[in-house]
Amino acid sequence: MSGPPLPGGDVGPDGAAEPPRIPPQRSSADGHGAEPRTTPHRDPLQPAGRQPPADLLPTPGPEAAEYDHGTLKSLLGAWALSACPAGEAIAVEAHLTDCAACAEEALRLRDAVGLLRREESLDLDPRLRSRVLAGCLDRRPPRIPVPEWAGPYDAQTARLDALLRDMGGSEWGARVRLRWFDGRRPQTRTATVAEVVGHLTAMDGLVAGALGLPDPLAVPADPAVVARTEAYWRQMAEQSPPAVREPWRTQTHTLVQAAAFAVGRTEDLVVPGAGLPLADAFLDRAFECWVHAADIAEAVDYPHEQPTPAHLRLLVDLAARMLPAALADRRRSGLAAPARTLTAAGAPGRSLHLEIEGAGGGDWYIPLDSPGAVGCEHRTVAHVALDGLEFCQLAAGHVAPDDAAAGAVGDREAVHDVLLATASLSRM
Amino acid sequence: MAHDTPPRWDRKMQQRLVRGEAAALGELYDRFASLVYGLAYRVLDEEGAASAVTREVFARVWEHPDAYRPKDGPLRSWLAALTRQEAVHSLRVRHEADGGPPEELEQRVRVASAAARADYIVTAMPYTLRAALELAHRGRRTYPEAARDLGVTDAEARRRLRLGLQLLSTATPLLPPGPADPAGPAGSTGPAGTAGPEVRS
Repeated sequence: MSGPPLPGGDVGPDGAAEPPRIPPQRSSADGHGAEPRTTPHRDPLQPAGRQPPADLLPTPGPEAAEYDHGTLKSLLGAWALSACPAGEAIAVEAHLTDCAACAEEALRLRDAVGLLRREESLDLDPRLRSRVLAGCLDRRPPRIPVPEWAGPYDAQTARLDALLRDMGGSEWGARVRLRWFDGRRPQTRTATVAEVVGHLTAMDGLVAGALGLPDPLAVPADPAVVARTEAYWRQMAEQSPPAVREPWRTQTHTLVQAAAFAVGRTEDLVVPGAGLPLADAFLDRAFECWVHAADIAEAVDYPHEQPTPAHLRLLVDLAARMLPAALADRRRSGLAAPARTLTAAGAPGRSLHLEIEGAGGGDWYIPLDSPGAVGCEHRTVAHVALDGLEFCQLAAGHVAPDDAAAGAVGDREAVHDVLLATASLSRM
Repeated sequence: MAHDTPPRWDRKMQQRLVRGEAAALGELYDRFASLVYGLAYRVLDEEGAASAVTREVFARVWEHPDAYRPKDGPLRSWLAALTRQEAVHSLRVRHEADGGPPEELEQRVRVASAAARADYIVTAMPYTLRAALELAHRGRRTYPEAARDLGVTDAEARRRLRLGLQLLSTATPLLPPGPADPAGPAGSTGPAGTAGPEVRS
């Protein structure tokens, strides 16, 4: 036979049918013994690695007698793994020539070592998830589907979890740079990976609360971002950093499950904090999860992929829909130009044409003078064209509004106000 | 990380799958995809084939969630058995398509099954044993060095290495006889060795 070079090839052709074989008593000269082996291997009783070849070893001297049978037996695992200091390895080998039971076990454990995988476990391609799930749902349509608006959250939390799973213990302490735009100027703050995950847990908790699920905060806190986040950071201070992952992940799974059962009453549920209806709150949390996962990936130097075009479009659409209210907020704070015209609620108003290019793109008409007005093509006074990812970077507060103004024509004030309003959608 | 989910989790998951909850399918994937893909890859040694087996395994569970019977053991073991069967089936199909000699196929199947079983045993064994094995095997530490890394006595390190290998060695004698290796549904067959040694230390 020509044995394939699979790891763990030490399986005799006799397979399982025969009782465990007793290896020949070993002497330094007996080489491979009589056993047929399916893959080229060293002497089965001679572990590869840190000991010199058997024939170079000194004959067991009086030191072998220092070890009793029990100790030698306890060394068999370490010996099979070539993990004994040299003196002990010699003593074990001397013992194997005298003790059939230990020799039998030694050979068995040696074969077991051949079954250990040499490399780290493989990283699972994060894109496989959506393909596998889609394939399943094609074959058996779900009776209780995950609502479309919860899809991005489901996918982004899975991506972040995959990133966290691949991280080493020390990377949980890596410094992550959080960036956002507070309405007037860019802000930054650094936090550890564990703290960023804690921040997500705390803010997702507002959605959990709206759905009647337990709040991850042991002590109630103001729904404002910083207050809730810092409250959760105090709570997690006693845990080891990687222990933050489990409660975060459990909550994300519970939220997706609850979303599927909340279909039909989503309009009535408003999530405190951002004040968004449930469906939009899920999109908002998906966006946050993506942004912070990318922040974490950058800090630990891992790749992180963007959402699928269909999901990206939902996220862009949410931001575009939030813009009129954001503009009105800025106007009330004196940060945006006053309204030019009065528009009745529901009537077409002066608009900015937001054209998003690339994956997940499309056209949006943003009413400029009142959140109650309807954006429309024939009252367009300005046109901004942006790549979808660039728009998201802007909405995440990761690029400055003035740097994002590529491809703008028309009313400069309207363009400026809309870009600033987009950036001010961002939070820590 | 916990490697076996509690029986209650398994039962609940199955009920949710039977109910047709897509969210449960996502959770099932998140919990077990790396196990399924890893085992399939160990048998097939090829990413595309391992992905295809992963798709098939989850589709089978989603289509027939009641094929799993919680009283027969952990969901994790059942999925591992199903994965091995799918992967071995895929190996046979590929081998036959390539026109390889049948004797060689049986040999490959035995070797691949043992490797996959061993992988499963490693993932299912208590973390303390797995960590010791990894230090000695991939980390190339001697056992006194491993003991220091783990913060245990030398005797404890020896014990963990020996016990870990003893568990692993059960992968070989439990090999099913080659020709009878089932390519069909897993539910009924449930190879005796699938669960691997479920020990706690």
